[in-house]
Amino acid sequence: MKQNTLKLSKPVNLTRRKVTNSVMISLCVIAGVITILPLLYIFFYTTKSGISSLNPDFFTQLPKPVGETGGGMANAITGSLILIGIGGLIGIPVGVLSGIYISEYSGNITSTVVKFITDILSGVPSIVIGIFAYGIIVLPMQRFSALAGGFALGILMIPTVTKVTEEMLRLIPQSLREASLALGVSRWKTTLRIVLTTASSGIVTGILLATARAAGETAPLLFTSFGNSFWQTNIDEPMAALPLQIFAYAISPYEDWHRQAWAGAFVLIFLVFTVNLLVRYVTRKKY
Amino acid sequence: MEIQETEDIVTEDTDETDKISGRESKTAIQTKKLSVYFNDRPAIEDISLKIKRNTVTAIIGPSGCGKSTFLRSLNLMHDMTPKARVYGEILIQNEDITEFNAVDVRKKVGMVFQKPNPFPTMTIYENAVSGLKLNGKTKKSELDEIAEKNLKYAGLWEEVKDRLKTPAMSLSGGQQQRLCIARTIAVRPDIILMDEPTSALDPISTSKIEELIYNFKNHYTIVIVTHNMQQAARISDLTAFFYLGKLIEYSKTRRMFTNPKEKLTEAYVTGKFG
Amino acid sequence: MFIDSSESRDRFGFGFIFSSEWDPVKEEFGALPFIYGTILSSIIALIISLPVSIGVAVFLSEIVHKSVKTPVSFLIEILAAIPSIIYGFWGIYVLAPFMRTTVQPMLQSVFGFLPFFKGQMFGTGLLTASVILAIMITPIISSITRDILNAIPVSQREAAYALGATKWEAIKMALLNARSGILGGSVLGLGRAIGETMAVTMVIGNKAQIKASLFEPAYSMASVIANEFAEASGSMHISSLIEIGLILFGVTFVINSLARLLIYSVTRNAS
Ligand SMILES: Nc1ncnc2c1ncn2[C@@H]1O[C@H](COP(=O)(O)OP(=O)(O)OP(=O)(O)O)[C@@H](O)[C@H]1O
Ligand SMILES: [Mg+2]
Repeated sequence: MKQNTLKLSKPVNLTRRKVTNSVMISLCVIAGVITILPLLYIFFYTTKSGISSLNPDFFTQLPKPVGETGGGMANAITGSLILIGIGGLIGIPVGVLSGIYISEYSGNITSTVVKFITDILSGVPSIVIGIFAYGIIVLPMQRFSALAGGFALGILMIPTVTKVTEEMLRLIPQSLREASLALGVSRWKTTLRIVLTTASSGIVTGILLATARAAGETAPLLFTSFGNSFWQTNIDEPMAALPLQIFAYAISPYEDWHRQAWAGAFVLIFLVFTVNLLVRYVTRKKY
Repeated sequence: MEIQETEDIVTEDTDETDKISGRESKTAIQTKKLSVYFNDRPAIEDISLKIKRNTVTAIIGPSGCGKSTFLRSLNLMHDMTPKARVYGEILIQNEDITEFNAVDVRKKVGMVFQKPNPFPTMTIYENAVSGLKLNGKTKKSELDEIAEKNLKYAGLWEEVKDRLKTPAMSLSGGQQQRLCIARTIAVRPDIILMDEPTSALDPISTSKIEELIYNFKNHYTIVIVTHNMQQAARISDLTAFFYLGKLIEYSKTRRMFTNPKEKLTEAYVTGKFG
Repeated sequence: MFIDSSESRDRFGFGFIFSSEWDPVKEEFGALPFIYGTILSSIIALIISLPVSIGVAVFLSEIVHKSVKTPVSFLIEILAAIPSIIYGFWGIYVLAPFMRTTVQPMLQSVFGFLPFFKGQMFGTGLLTASVILAIMITPIISSITRDILNAIPVSQREAAYALGATKWEAIKMALLNARSGILGGSVLGLGRAIGETMAVTMVIGNKAQIKASLFEPAYSMASVIANEFAEASGSMHISSLIEIGLILFGVTFVINSLARLLIYSVTRNAS
């Protein structure tokens, strides 16, 4: 830090300084409170409105046509699982490999470029990723499909997975790499069998985090996976997804659909909360 | 403990070849005008020395004088540091190591580090055979035998034989360091580099490791960096004194500590600075 | 995307950015209302969020004990992880009515003489979108600010106390030292707000217009893509939407690069 010189306020009245002090400190405390408030509100509101509609039907039934009450989101839940599966198949290997590349082979130009690209990718709006997937998969295939949706989710997962992998690998002490190399083990084997294995629990939690985030993504699915009110497991076809269904139901005028949308929202929040709790737990006790 | 004169050390005939390529020689290591630069700043400069087979050579000198840097150039560890530049020649058994794959060199030149660093995800047993397993040897019966043999060499067998399947991290620091030694010799190197192997250990563990080093002399060439002058005097045959990246003096240990040639060496070994 | 938007680029040229006509039926497309809605809602969000974020960061790094700090930082992390669809949903049914019945009438009665707070109160609209965005970007800005404050050596703070500074004066000095990092965090938050889609779509009102009043419905770049892309009528419509996507990408790219540069330079100086 350059500025070590202290510029204290001119000899103003001491009481005034003390009052300013208390006022500002209280304002900071208030800021803390009003940040937490919406969270708690969203959390409890979703739980309150969602949990009552969370019944076995929600997980096992298909949506009912407009006007009929009841039904569930079985197709959307399955769809989300399939979409995340496809996303994971793309996002996890690419993310882990670029994370390894950035951390283990840092110092050269390509690794800096990869790092920069991931940083930029993490800031690209998800809707833009959706357009990208649309151009690459939907347009050539001439129809909306789960494949396109999964692809979009995969791209969205890459930066998170890369970042976590990189951070976890950096936590591994250099001495461990050297120990392995000194035994005459090649560099890539060292990376794979020693470094990656030692960091695996951290990387897994990072993947969970990225998955939980992808599970809640809506925007990139709007014109890739598109949604579907019927049972569909063919990845060539438009497919329902939990967040898409929540969106459709939330903006609909039907009370019963709102109820179900809240239930879906509750499932998502629950997922996010659990995964984050898990990540906290795992990353805290290590190293 | 008796300090042997280097001339008295007769190279034992072994039926195994210990050159990287297969031929033998009395000189285990030779460096010619070896210099290492980090970001164009020299860490060691123009180090030329010969290390005989089956001897223990100690490297002493004040902190930052380049002892570790020298040691790490002998098993090509600087390859890992992009900002490091190595100049000069390093011969292992009269062969220029740069002509070989770093992986092959490191199998012949093992290394033990300052802080015990067993692989934390592995058990004691897995650590002991890690070098072989990572290089593709997987036959269970062979591995079992090797594990037992090398843990015995490292003087650890009696202490761990009943808990081979427990995590290596459950061992004490001294035990971990002996496990690291077992792991290193399991790969059957000819040369073992040790960078302050006892500086993180208690006196009892230290004496156990010193004993090992003394017994290992018949089979290995050992180069050990130490800050402990008594240790150097106890276990080494020859001692090299480094100062500010230069080799100041290299002679028999007894002479180094009783009648050094250089003023600087005398000042250092008598504790006048450092 | 560049190729896919060629049709609209050829037809409208740069006028696309400055035209406020958006009529899929007549195939007249201009992006100005969306650009306006996006930029304005994000900037207002930043104005709301920045002081709060700094307050939270100070609260977490300088004021509270560790036993409060850990759960509160955890909750703020969760805040960043909640899917935006849930923010939107909550925005429609909780925040928007609250804005209509409480916040907006209050603003109007106090600042009603300003054009920004005139007119009818719908609940949904530009201001509500800004509030949602502010909630969403607060975790980002506050966590970066907190990290920077934590990086400032304790000795510096102690030196300030030793000279008789009050706690706030010491904090103020730390904040001044951290200002370029905080700026970086804010720019990053701004980038996030600009690209945010679902939450904004659900509360901004979705009306392509430029009005002075913040209570009026508006539209954003991301929202119009979200709403019209899947059902776009004809290739010119799609092409125009893709061009909007391209603009969105360009803007966030520039903003994020800027933020990264700021943050990199700060972390480099610190280490
Ligand atoms: N990776 C590196 N990057 C930059 N400089 C280095 C690096 N490793 C060592 N140096 C520098 O090289 C010089 C010699 O360091 P070295 O570690 O060899 O000293 P040493 O004699 O082993 O000291 P110690 O007794 O403290 O272990 C030092 O000035 C050190 O700063
Ligand atoms: Mg050293």
